[in-house]
Amino acid sequence: MKERYPDVTIETICRLLIPPIQLFALYVIAHGHYSPGGGFQGGCILGASFIMMFIAYDIGEVKRKMQEKLNTILCSTGVLIFAGIGLICLILGANYLDYGILHNILPVHQAKARALGTLGIEIGVGIAVTSVMVSIFLNIATAGEHEGEP
Amino acid sequence: MIWQLDIVFLILVVISAIAAISVKDLLSSAILLGAYSFLMCLLWSEMGAVDVAFTEAAVGAGISTAFFIGFIYQTTRRTKD
Repeated sequence: MKERYPDVTIETICRLLIPPIQLFALYVIAHGHYSPGGGFQGGCILGASFIMMFIAYDIGEVKRKMQEKLNTILCSTGVLIFAGIGLICLILGANYLDYGILHNILPVHQAKARALGTLGIEIGVGIAVTSVMVSIFLNIATAGEHEGEP
Repeated sequence: MIWQLDIVFLILVVISAIAAISVKDLLSSAILLGAYSFLMCLLWSEMGAVDVAFTEAAVGAGISTAFFIGFIYQTTRRTKD
């Protein structure tokens, strides 16, 4: 990465803009199953807010707050949530990602179980997309120099 | 659907796409591609495909512009051809 020149305008604007962007991303993920949006779009917006932080501040300083190891763990956790909910449906006797069967283990009726299953999928996709976007940007910005490598 | 608005957006999309591939400065090219994505987003939301427009605004105009700028910092800013 090139040498960093601190700029008070960019830092202040990012500090003001990042919390509303993250709040909007969480809104998009949470309302993904009955309005436009969803896990992918919300994850992209959430990842963009972290990328904005990496651009505006020192990349090593932000990396200490949000470590690459944690980022990789989050990436696989999102895939695990997605595949896990699908597999639970499969184990309970329905098709893969057929959420209606989840009313056997959740204390709600079938339609509500279907909505909750979709929400779980959206959350998993959102976590995975966020961390993959941050990981791609870190690979580009640091030219492949990762932490913990000699 | 308002066809006058459609024609204005389509002309702007073509102009920004041609400008993005003909300009010599790679940073300007990345910003023009962001403008192209945003115009496509306007076009789609005007046609009623709100979900596609949302994806285009989040991915095309937001993330990929940041990725392109990150790539340009790893190479030279002027194109050779």
